[in-house]
Amino acid sequence: MPRVVKSREEFEGEVYESLVLVEGSDLPQLDGAEHTQIAHARRRIDGTQRVSGHARYTQDIYLPGMLFVRVLRSPYPRARVRRIDTKKAEALPGVRGVLHRFNAPKAAFRGEDTIFREEVRFVGDEVAAIAADDEDTAAEALRLVEVDYELLPHVVDLEEAIGDMAPPLETDGNVAESATHKRGDVRKAIRDADAVIDATYRTSTQLHNSLETHGAVATWDGERLTVYESTQHVFGVRQGLRTALGLPFSKIRVICDYMGGGFGSKGGVGKYSIVASLFAMRLGRPIRCILTRDEENLAAGNRSATLQQLRLAGKDGRITAIEHTSWANAGQGKWVANPTGPTNTIYDVPNLTSKSYKVITNAGALSAFRAPGYVEGTFALESAVDELAIKMGVDPLALRRKHAGSPKDPMGGKRYSDKHLLECYRIGAKEIGWERRRSGGLRGSALYRRRGIGMATQIWGGGGGPPAYATVHVNPDGTAVVTAGTQDIGTGTRTVLAQVCADELGVDLADVDVRIGDTETPYGPISAGSITLASVGPAVRIAARDAKEQLLGAAAGVLETPKAELRLEAGMIVSKGARTRLGEILGKVDNNTVIGKGGRHPNDPDLSQRTFGAHFAEVEVDVRTGEISVEHVVAVHDIGRIVNPLTARSQVEGGVLQAVGFALTEERFLDRATGRVMNGNLENYKVPTVRDVPAKITVKFVDRPDRRANNLGVKGLGEPPIIPTAGAIANAVANATGARVRHAPLTRARVLEALAVAGARA
Amino acid sequence: MLRGPGAIDLGLTVNGEAVRVHVPPRRTLLDTLRQSLGLTGSKRVCDEGTCGACTVIVDDRPVYACMTLAIACEGKHVETIEGLTKDASGEGERGLHPVQRAFIDADAFQCGFCTPGQIMSIVALLRATPSPTEDDVRRAVAGNLCRCGAYPNIVAAGVNAGRRKK
Repeated sequence: MPRVVKSREEFEGEVYESLVLVEGSDLPQLDGAEHTQIAHARRRIDGTQRVSGHARYTQDIYLPGMLFVRVLRSPYPRARVRRIDTKKAEALPGVRGVLHRFNAPKAAFRGEDTIFREEVRFVGDEVAAIAADDEDTAAEALRLVEVDYELLPHVVDLEEAIGDMAPPLETDGNVAESATHKRGDVRKAIRDADAVIDATYRTSTQLHNSLETHGAVATWDGERLTVYESTQHVFGVRQGLRTALGLPFSKIRVICDYMGGGFGSKGGVGKYSIVASLFAMRLGRPIRCILTRDEENLAAGNRSATLQQLRLAGKDGRITAIEHTSWANAGQGKWVANPTGPTNTIYDVPNLTSKSYKVITNAGALSAFRAPGYVEGTFALESAVDELAIKMGVDPLALRRKHAGSPKDPMGGKRYSDKHLLECYRIGAKEIGWERRRSGGLRGSALYRRRGIGMATQIWGGGGGPPAYATVHVNPDGTAVVTAGTQDIGTGTRTVLAQVCADELGVDLADVDVRIGDTETPYGPISAGSITLASVGPAVRIAARDAKEQLLGAAAGVLETPKAELRLEAGMIVSKGARTRLGEILGKVDNNTVIGKGGRHPNDPDLSQRTFGAHFAEVEVDVRTGEISVEHVVAVHDIGRIVNPLTARSQVEGGVLQAVGFALTEERFLDRATGRVMNGNLENYKVPTVRDVPAKITVKFVDRPDRRANNLGVKGLGEPPIIPTAGAIANAVANATGARVRHAPLTRARVLEALAVAGARA
Repeated sequence: MLRGPGAIDLGLTVNGEAVRVHVPPRRTLLDTLRQSLGLTGSKRVCDEGTCGACTVIVDDRPVYACMTLAIACEGKHVETIEGLTKDASGEGERGLHPVQRAFIDADAFQCGFCTPGQIMSIVALLRATPSPTEDDVRRAVAGNLCRCGAYPNIVAAGVNAGRRKK
């Protein structure tokens, strides 16, 4: 009988208490015996599709009779749309439909009741949409739409928006408190300190630039809506479409087979999906609405720019107080990430005050971007910790060690389910050669090059939790299909779920296939927050066990042998002295499909499930040009059991690469006067290329199962490796040169400026 | 011969087969492959020659299909990712090109969206340089962005494919 239980889950830095439905009892923790699949490096089971060009992404869906939609976007950062004249556009041959605020039906989206606002609030805000026979016609028609805009005062810059001169965009102002935490007595600790540092850090806006842009293809058969969408959460898109269109869940199907990257930005329904659906329902034809690269960089999310003030106090070789205040540019976002999250939890500092503010501006809404808030906050915090260590004259790693060993979450007081952060430090220090580090840096490969070593710590969630369900269908030929409503956003979800199933069921990996990315399957959570494996994996294991029990029961009947004497290994039913192919047994039962069911059981509400890690960086800085060469990154992570060492390593390398972009080159430029994104393309927005890869990346895992986390002992890995790299690089640069760069990305100009400041001081 | 401005007929060879298409003169090779010929393996990411996801081989040279007009390929040999696989009916990886196999072995992709372009760049490299060094591979894919950051494995796959072919 299903029953309702309380669960406690962490998601993207926040803790949620929920009621979930569970059935039966959880499986005991995977034992330590040798496993056939888990902990073995396995190539991706969907590799053939991905390398052959056959993998079908949303962008690759072309349906008979399909119309192409292009969206007219506001060229102004803030304006009232007074009048729209579409007569000329509609007269263009091939134009089949136009939607805008004067003719579109109400459609609820993120707290508003329309997708075409009267007051457009950023350059890129949706004004109208046109469906036409082909893309060129739709684009040409956009140019024929006449819009009468009444321009309104705007502000796009974070620091300008905080100031007194900025136009108020909301009735209660542009700045809102979004998170706060206080423990101990910061003022007293600062008064009593031996050393205090006070510094301001900034991080620039980072654009996701997923290679597949946001988009959807919608079809309507008069009764049911089917939407193909590049998304991290098919069920989330279904929810958003239900809210917008008022259709029941039973009439909406959302499909995402393969998807070309999201990094947090594809968490739910988009205006493009609603536009495609509205046109599909109105015109009765398949509709494709896929953003261009330029639109992607205006209206599909970003990592907020931040301004952060940190004050740290130290006494007797320890950190005694931290004060952290953060302002983040949410653009037109309805929420904001919390850069003070890591500050509150990494170190057991007794006196702490943190405040996080959301700042509204006339820029595109933020969206989650791989460890939102934590990347920005960790850069600032970990830079500040090094600054304090230098001021106190102590080794920065030794200072961290004193505060990183606590088995309890210093914010909530709960015990961690498991924690090996000190072990991460030990491994990382050995791999980078921390003992070579000198307080004045090292000689570089030329007179004008200085070399330095730095490190930074990482904390994140990734414990996952319910609800997540899976089924395992075993076919008459002995092959199995795992079905779960999750997505593979490039992390290798299909492969690890197949490994878990094959391992538990006792069949070959080649005999397991995985069907995901479809709302016609058991519910699965959003592929975000590094929760997928820890949420869905344990459910797959239970489903595989359920199927196995049924198979052994069937085999007992067919072989006339007690079930207790039977095992299932490598696709064979093994009894005393005999091995029979599973397919042979099932062949004797008339066309039988065995269906195993599983659901994720709740987390222990008295524990905090976290991931930990540390990155170490060795850099060379050319003091003539300010160029930073990242020579070596050592990434060490404590994420529980490693299911697939091959794909886990890839995740870490990819995270380090994206972090190198955040640390060195990636920043969106917004023109303050016009509110326009000046580099919304891949030419001028600098995503790392193969030439920007650090000379050496060393990936290490503690690799100990977290036995209190879930029945597999696994936690997540998607986000942890992007978190600490920028701080480690900034600390290495400071170690190399004495120059402290407090603004990420550490561009050459900023490095030269910091070198000049350091030189003036010396 | 002056043609256009309306749609025109043109003939080219795609993956070894002669095809005729009817497209406007301004239609890119990429859109022609994807929309007229149903070859969606080549991806549209930037549509302005900055990312390499649309890389195909035209007369043995890698080109950005988004920066090449279909009409400019009249009479030429175009190879796409779909043409590398010898026999798609074979189960699993049989029939895959050595570079495709090397990509799977080295885990040289995550979301896979840039993968066809990366592979085509390396296939073109191997024809000119059968045993490339790491730096040869880096140069070959320097114009192919991978947002997931699979570069270290892409370079390894390129080098391994060269070794395997010998």
